[in-house]
Amino acid sequence: MGWDMSERTMKINLGPHHPSTHGVLRVVLELDGETVVDAHPDIGFLHRGIEKLAEHRSYHQFIVLSDRLDYLAAMSNNLAYVTTIEKLMEIDIPKRARYIRVALAELQRIASHLFWLGTHAHDLGAMTPLFYMLREREAIMDIFESLTGSRLTPSFMRIGGLAADIDGDFIGAVKAFTDTFADRVDDYETLLTANPIWKSRTKGVGVLDADACINLGVTGPMLRSAGNDWDIRKSHPYSSYEEFHFEIPTGPAGDVYDRYLVRIGEMRESAKIIRQAVDGLPEGPWLAKDARTVFPEKGELQNNIAALIRHFGLVMEGFKVPPGEVYNSIESPRGELGFYIVSDGGARPLRLRVRPPSFVNLQGLVRMIRGKLLSDAVAVIGAIDIVLAEVDR
Amino acid sequence: MNIDLIREKFGAGIDGVTMVRSEITVTARRDILIPLLRFLKEEEEFACDFLTDLCGVDYLPAVPRFQVVYHLYSLNYKHRLRVKVALEESDPVVDSCVSLWAGADWHERECFDLFGIVFRRHPNLQRILLPTDFAGHPLRKDFPLAGVQEQ
Repeated sequence: MGWDMSERTMKINLGPHHPSTHGVLRVVLELDGETVVDAHPDIGFLHRGIEKLAEHRSYHQFIVLSDRLDYLAAMSNNLAYVTTIEKLMEIDIPKRARYIRVALAELQRIASHLFWLGTHAHDLGAMTPLFYMLREREAIMDIFESLTGSRLTPSFMRIGGLAADIDGDFIGAVKAFTDTFADRVDDYETLLTANPIWKSRTKGVGVLDADACINLGVTGPMLRSAGNDWDIRKSHPYSSYEEFHFEIPTGPAGDVYDRYLVRIGEMRESAKIIRQAVDGLPEGPWLAKDARTVFPEKGELQNNIAALIRHFGLVMEGFKVPPGEVYNSIESPRGELGFYIVSDGGARPLRLRVRPPSFVNLQGLVRMIRGKLLSDAVAVIGAIDIVLAEVDR
Repeated sequence: MNIDLIREKFGAGIDGVTMVRSEITVTARRDILIPLLRFLKEEEEFACDFLTDLCGVDYLPAVPRFQVVYHLYSLNYKHRLRVKVALEESDPVVDSCVSLWAGADWHERECFDLFGIVFRRHPNLQRILLPTDFAGHPLRKDFPLAGVQEQ
């Protein structure tokens, strides 16, 4: 890094401790005046070796670690992980559990997009939207807290269903939220969509067309904003998504502005999905009847010695998974979140690989900012919507 | 998807084609890997234009020890394909596929970083998650979970 007067360009660090990098991303920028000549992203500051840890934890214990991948969308991580194990073990999940999972995952998508939009607008100089968006996100966090006891790291899903059934308060709170949320999104749009400063900072900035996205493996709102409507919820429905009616918002230009519009549209659609899930919530069990993975009921433990032994085995050793390998992915707020798990027949995975959407999407950064202005780099980093905990794992 | 086309085209280069839980896995020899990936990407029958994921697996003490696993996807046909290539411990080297998918760049760097698998002709094969002066490859099975390089 330095200041070499004989050279035309100057190298500076953006991050790792800079608010616009949304975590601990360091980008070494080579600048010619205000123009970015080249950029070198440096990641790994938040590497905790989660894939290594997974090989030393039972399958149940990893649910807690999965929260720590993308901490703004912990429910989505839970869902991606448990559905992968369920696919590997061929466990059938009761419909009620699948509907609750959909409602939770979509609430999480809204919360994640709200936080993204607030901080992204803040990066670009719009202070006010953040407070509106945090207000609604707070409502979702309160719903999560009353249901699971946690706000950011709920660890609520289980292999075979959920940790607990929902109660009446949950449905009331979710309905109250979805009743007003469409109006709230209208409010956000009045602040930003036609705002000339917002448009001049985002329109035509950070363009990545569909072919470039596909070549880079970029998924999620970034791919959809470039005109490709690929969404795993539609193309490979999981957790009963095929029973819900919703649209996939797409944009034509693939720039920062269209990514904003796509995410705004996704929040509206998510609210509709949540409403369908709680209105059409079926009665019935919320846990699969599968003695291999599901804990016995608490009452059973007191008068059934076999249930007590099984409970002890599940806690102390975990359960064994038949040998084999499986890949399974869901549409997380950031794109395709996949798990590739190899089992050797034991109680711990031989290999657990996370396919992190943030990591893959971040690769497009250099292509989007080379030759552009430094201020555009801030807009582009924000619009990728990265979570460094997921990039670094 | 007509999987037999792969065997017809590559013959002895293919060690096996399996289908488990509707997931297709092609196990290939190392020397035909890049032609195979190019074939799967460009042949109309497969059209796997999307490299979803690339990762390593350590099967210690099995021989050969390592595998590199490619997950391909076709946006057009909406099918997935898994390609695996096995590597000996003494020679963990495989050709890079960055020329086919630009997105393979960071995946291969990560695989190099954590498994020590070398991707030949990669434009910038350096550590990506760990510091450049780190010794060892943590996702190898003989790398302990704790106790190494602790400060």
